[in-house]
Amino acid sequence: MRIEILMVAMVASMLLAQTAHAASDPASEKLLKSTSDHTKFKALQQEFNSGPEVTKACLSCHTEAAKQLHKTQHWKWEYRSPEGQLLGKKTVINNFCTSVASNEAACNSCHIGYGWKDDKFDFTSEVSVDCLVCHDSTGNYRKPAGLAGNVVTRAMEFPPGSGKMIKPIDLKKIAQAVARTSRDNCGACHFFGGGGDGVKHGDMDSSLASPDKALDVHMDATGHNFSCATCHMTQGHQVPGSRYAPTAQDKGGAHLRGKEYTTNPTTCQACHGQAPHKKVAKLNDHTDKVACQTCHIPRYARGGVATKMSWDWSTAGKMGPDGKPLITKDAKGRDIYTAAKGDFVLGENVVPDYQWFNGRVRYTLRTDKVEKSDEPTRINHFEGSAGDGKSLIWPVKIMRGKQAYDPVNKTLAVLHMAGNDDTAFWTNFNWEKAVAVGMASVGAPFSGKVDFVATESTWPITHMVAPAKDALHCDDCHASGGRLEKVPGIYIPGRASDHASWLDTGGWALALLALLGTLVHGLGRVVVSRRNK
Amino acid sequence: MARIYIFKRFERFWHWAQAALIIFMLLTGFEIHGTYALFGWEKAANLHTMAAWTLIGLWLFAIFWHFTTGEWKQYIPTGRNVAAMLNYYLVGIFTGAPHPFRVTQLSKHNPLQRLAYLLVKLFINPLIWASGLLYLYYNELGAAKIAGLASLQLGTIALVHTAAAFMMLIFMLAHIYLSTTGHTPFAHIKAMITGWEDVDADKPAANLERSR
Repeated sequence: MRIEILMVAMVASMLLAQTAHAASDPASEKLLKSTSDHTKFKALQQEFNSGPEVTKACLSCHTEAAKQLHKTQHWKWEYRSPEGQLLGKKTVINNFCTSVASNEAACNSCHIGYGWKDDKFDFTSEVSVDCLVCHDSTGNYRKPAGLAGNVVTRAMEFPPGSGKMIKPIDLKKIAQAVARTSRDNCGACHFFGGGGDGVKHGDMDSSLASPDKALDVHMDATGHNFSCATCHMTQGHQVPGSRYAPTAQDKGGAHLRGKEYTTNPTTCQACHGQAPHKKVAKLNDHTDKVACQTCHIPRYARGGVATKMSWDWSTAGKMGPDGKPLITKDAKGRDIYTAAKGDFVLGENVVPDYQWFNGRVRYTLRTDKVEKSDEPTRINHFEGSAGDGKSLIWPVKIMRGKQAYDPVNKTLAVLHMAGNDDTAFWTNFNWEKAVAVGMASVGAPFSGKVDFVATESTWPITHMVAPAKDALHCDDCHASGGRLEKVPGIYIPGRASDHASWLDTGGWALALLALLGTLVHGLGRVVVSRRNK
Repeated sequence: MARIYIFKRFERFWHWAQAALIIFMLLTGFEIHGTYALFGWEKAANLHTMAAWTLIGLWLFAIFWHFTTGEWKQYIPTGRNVAAMLNYYLVGIFTGAPHPFRVTQLSKHNPLQRLAYLLVKLFINPLIWASGLLYLYYNELGAAKIAGLASLQLGTIALVHTAAAFMMLIFMLAHIYLSTTGHTPFAHIKAMITGWEDVDADKPAANLERSR
């Protein structure tokens, strides 16, 4: 009897296991998710010699895709702020590699197009849109720096005469394996902003390609496994959630299916709503003043990749004893000085700065006056205050630097850094030549003199969201010298600088007087009663 | 010496429970304020809130008790013999003068006690209670229909709450000390525990003079 039951159980479990296996078969899942198998499309069954040829094939089915992309910031690198400032990668000067102009061939390997090598690029060309950089699923797609965003289909020596060979990529294979965007696609550029892994943002680096739960509770590769687009949910290729148009405070609820929303879908509230803390309801009382990120991203650059905290261009150009450009490394083997770029300070597990932010960001542009007496020049800064009703306390990374400017015309300098020519700074280490070419490329005047000015830029910290258990605790802020010590305009219980000193001093003084009074009175009674005995 | 039953069972329970809660809330409250670290801020805040609700519950019972028993009349202030009491604490207590007040069941607090406890009940307690609840529900104030409430700043609320806490602390220090001024240092405290107070029926007392 017992054996029979056991056998039935075994058979049953085998059957169950089989059905479970069928359901989780990766191939059948993929088929269920997509209605098309790109290997079967005639248009993709050909050898491609260039990127635009692939795009042409894509557009033969996806007829409107290029038009959609032409409207994006990813394509235009240009953005007009509500304050009227013309921004975007094409225009702004930052305090990392400073500016794109005159360096297009190098920088624009991160443009979603092919062939933007100078200011004559045709922004209306449909075949110049690069579909593969965002939709490659093979991980083999490459846009080498220096080729203006073009890809290599035949082995070539680059830079010419360097002896370095660039391997070709198989566009046919890549085109037939296109998929929805992944963290790797976005990360290929966004993890490497500022010229290297993790350099720019601090909350985005290659560790997010396959993060664990502790690093990012949403992108956790073995858990929720969000892609970037899970939050940056596109419609018609328009990607929401740009830091140029940030949402500092979202007062809306969680987005529901079947409803039309005009608000930013990338905010925490767009999924979590306004009262996400179920166990400790008091925490919900913080959301009118404190951005979710403030508590839930306790530190940035947590994934083992350092971010640059400061960058001093003024020391660039030193040669080593061997006459070659000097490179200095720290104990972990990371560059902290290079002749090409100057001195760096790196940071890992960095505690953010905190400030009020209302969503408006102001920039110091190339056309703005820069006074050395106003150092540090704020490359950009977040606006906001405790009392404007629009601001929340946000975590930010403050990037500090020293960079070239024209001390006579008093403007930030556009630098010609990269290029196979005599004037590029990385070729000949001459500031005057590099700035002259850089300024000329944007039609800006240049006095011929180069000096250096201290600058600061501000970056929102919004990725690397930690699991709830790793969020900040009350006393991280409700204390003197806590994380929010320097945030003005708000009363934080536990922060001594908010105390009315007259009350605290007066209160304790009176209490002490009362205590002393009773002690003296009591002593008097003791003395008298002894004398009377 | 005679013994009279002054403090009934609920009254004694109320007194000691309140004493424990107030001491505990001063302890946790000043930690929340940022004066020192003891429990850790989060724990201090949670405990303080829990104690606050307990105390409010206790107060509701106490208020009910005072009105149903008529004991509230014990706190009606009187100007009579206040000077005599002050004179006793400042001079008489050192010269061996008799206590100017004799406890009876109908009048168990001396005139200074009446004044002090009335001040606690009508001023300090309501101030703590109101400012504390505003503190706790600060986030809901923004939606309040009353303009004065909606624009109230947390800093102001905290200031009032802290000021009231200092008043309570100073009251408590004086109260504890004065509890030792009975005919023996622990006589009053004993009475507050057992309910029975020893009274010296032979000595004159100012409050009973007229009836004698």
